[in-house]
Amino acid sequence: MKRRKFDLAATPGKAAVGVDDRFAVATPLRKLLNKVFPDHWSFLLGEIALFSFVVLLLTGVFLTFFFEPAMTEVVYDGSYAPLQGTPMSAAYASSLDISFEVRGGLVMRQMHHWAALLFMAAIVVHMLRVFFTGAFRKPRETNWIIGSLLFWVGFLAGFTGYSLPDDGLSGTGLRIASAIMLSIPVIGSWVTSSVFGGEFPGTIIISRFFIAHVLLIPGLLVALISVHLGLVFKQKHTQWPGPGRTNNNVVGERMFPRYALKQGGFFMVVFGVIALMGGLFQINPIWLFGPYEAWVVSAASQPDWYVMFLDGSTRLMPAWEINIPIGDGYVIPPLFWPTVVLPGILVGLSTMYPFLEARQLKDRKSHNLLQRPRDVPARTAVGAMAVAFYIVLTLSGANDVIADKFQISLNAMTWAGRIGLLVVPPMAYYVTYRLCLGLQQHDREVLAHGVETGIIRRLPDGRFVEVHQPLSASNGHADGHGELEYVGWVVPKKMNRLGALGPAIRGFFYPIEKPVEAPVSPGHPPVEARPEREEIGSGESRR
Amino acid sequence: MTSDNDRRRGLLARLRGRPAARSRGRRRLGAAVRLFAALMLAGGAYTVFAPGAQAQDNPPLTGAAAEGKALFDVSCVTCHGRNAQGVEGRGPSLIGVGAASVEFQVSSGRMPMARQEAQAHRKPPVFTDEQTRQLAQYIQELGGGPVVPEGDELRDGGNVAAGGELFRINCSQCHAFGGGGGALSSGKFAPSLHPATDRQIYAAMLSGPQNMPVFGDNQLRPEQKADIIAYIQETLKHDQDPGGFNLGRYGPSTEGLAIFLVGIVALVFASLWIAGKS
Repeated sequence: MKRRKFDLAATPGKAAVGVDDRFAVATPLRKLLNKVFPDHWSFLLGEIALFSFVVLLLTGVFLTFFFEPAMTEVVYDGSYAPLQGTPMSAAYASSLDISFEVRGGLVMRQMHHWAALLFMAAIVVHMLRVFFTGAFRKPRETNWIIGSLLFWVGFLAGFTGYSLPDDGLSGTGLRIASAIMLSIPVIGSWVTSSVFGGEFPGTIIISRFFIAHVLLIPGLLVALISVHLGLVFKQKHTQWPGPGRTNNNVVGERMFPRYALKQGGFFMVVFGVIALMGGLFQINPIWLFGPYEAWVVSAASQPDWYVMFLDGSTRLMPAWEINIPIGDGYVIPPLFWPTVVLPGILVGLSTMYPFLEARQLKDRKSHNLLQRPRDVPARTAVGAMAVAFYIVLTLSGANDVIADKFQISLNAMTWAGRIGLLVVPPMAYYVTYRLCLGLQQHDREVLAHGVETGIIRRLPDGRFVEVHQPLSASNGHADGHGELEYVGWVVPKKMNRLGALGPAIRGFFYPIEKPVEAPVSPGHPPVEARPEREEIGSGESRR
Repeated sequence: MTSDNDRRRGLLARLRGRPAARSRGRRRLGAAVRLFAALMLAGGAYTVFAPGAQAQDNPPLTGAAAEGKALFDVSCVTCHGRNAQGVEGRGPSLIGVGAASVEFQVSSGRMPMARQEAQAHRKPPVFTDEQTRQLAQYIQELGGGPVVPEGDELRDGGNVAAGGELFRINCSQCHAFGGGGGALSSGKFAPSLHPATDRQIYAAMLSGPQNMPVFGDNQLRPEQKADIIAYIQETLKHDQDPGGFNLGRYGPSTEGLAIFLVGIVALVFASLWIAGKS
């Protein structure tokens, strides 16, 4: 019997053929692997959110192995001496055990918390990118709505997670949440009793929040993220305008191998940043807050940053109580407006924005090319206004800490927030609008007159003028006027963008290509390296 | 009338124990002695019971208090007035605030105040420990009031766990969970507890300086005060921050700042780098 020679090089191919024979995956897989992604850096912001969600799932699963979601009272006897002998809930005791007894537990807990903050921050930054470049326009309105919902579901995930350790901070947050629910007219007390299983705090809320935090909300997030990514695949990426890029194509790199490798690397970077933050920066030191007791409220008890705008709106709201004299009298507390009505309006406005804008502009077309923010001043200004509104509220949410550390009166901070909330957004609108117009004008100016060269020429009559380098040959026009159309992409504004000085060195840490020699223009002699300087001495020997 | 005199004479006679048959010289001598005794008695009673008119001007101060008065008359009298009676609109009366209050305010540098404002700030003390004690003694002798017990290590025997619980109930509302302090209304604030000594914390609880409520021995027993001081000094000040850099222990607000300044900035640079490699 002849021994058959084993051909190692042919094995992968043979295996692939075997797989394809059985499952017929070659055609769809080829399509998938050949999918093209645009390569602008701003398209990677959403990936930060996706990757931090993966880190959240990984660290979260680790934490569930050790967390006990129960409010049964136990007496702590773990290794953190300043709490020994203190009665507390099992949830808090197990959170302390995760921090002090479980090997690697503290860094996992901190990574989980930092990843949650990063998840929300990346969602917001990604959302700003999508908004300011007009990527939400038809046909992508659905994905914009899903993205907005992801923020609010992430908000719930964050809040339920913040409540689980049952330390002083989470209990204070829960107390505020119960007050917000109570403030809803008519149904408030029923809602609160059903959520808390009776009067606050009850004995069931931690177990309920636990199942919501580890099963229901993550399930919803996974579903929404899947649809979000599926729609990106189906509808394809938007792209910036530029050479060869049209409304009907996507220019970029293929999914395999380059894009996949880059994304793999980026996941590692995100993981690394979260791990570094988890290891280097202490977040939520639950052992200092102590177990939650209804009478314990620490100063500087704030929610995580993405909830802070609601805290701020509550702090700024004047104490306007509405008394309705029906029956025994009915009260709508002031808390209702900043914490129920305001977020309701914000959800509505943010999700409906694509339709509002299309209606305003009577725009029914599909758009796959992005717009530079400066080219749509009204939208950019509205966005700046929204950001200013959000920032004023968020800063007001921390106004006691700011007041204390910068030695400002807290009352002054509150009034600054109230006035700022009304004044700063319109100012942001106006300033942004003018900035956009100015930038547009400069683009048109460069297209018409050319790039500023930095060469100042003195005319015979004594005037000084700057020499401009026209971007195109002037067809009969002495100064190159009106030759170039603006195409919605970056206009070169420096001479080295035109090749006058050779391309700038690219690469982040080291140059990946050698800079080209600068071309020699007839008018100016090539720049030579400065001759070595000789020391000018007195001629005497110093020795 | 006569019978009354008889009875009295009889009583005196009985006390003397013998008939009243004495020489004139002896009678005169006895009268002089009785007069002297009565005068002594009246004068003594007057000295004991009557409020000394001259105590207002020139109190019988001990040595240390006299030294303290001399310091007071140079450094404190502008705002707290002569004899620490207070000056309207400038400084309160110090009658009855006790040595504890003086010790807290002066040893932490809050007094003398740099300027009139919502609240005095901590600064390097102007007076030495000895001078502080003398000032405290002066105020104590003027009007009495709470006094900090002797000794520098007032946390001795304090239970950290009990202190932590008391701290979270009584102190963390204003001084915050990490003892870093917090804002109060109109520019007032609860200061950071980190620079405070055992005696200063004890004195603050006893005297309730500035906007702080008084935690007298009825509210927090001396052992409980020792527990709280032990928690502040041993746990809050010496906590190793097992999770890394504590971001100032200002709660979630600095954590939110950190995720943008560190996390988002780092990752945006990373995405610039990755997208640039094409």
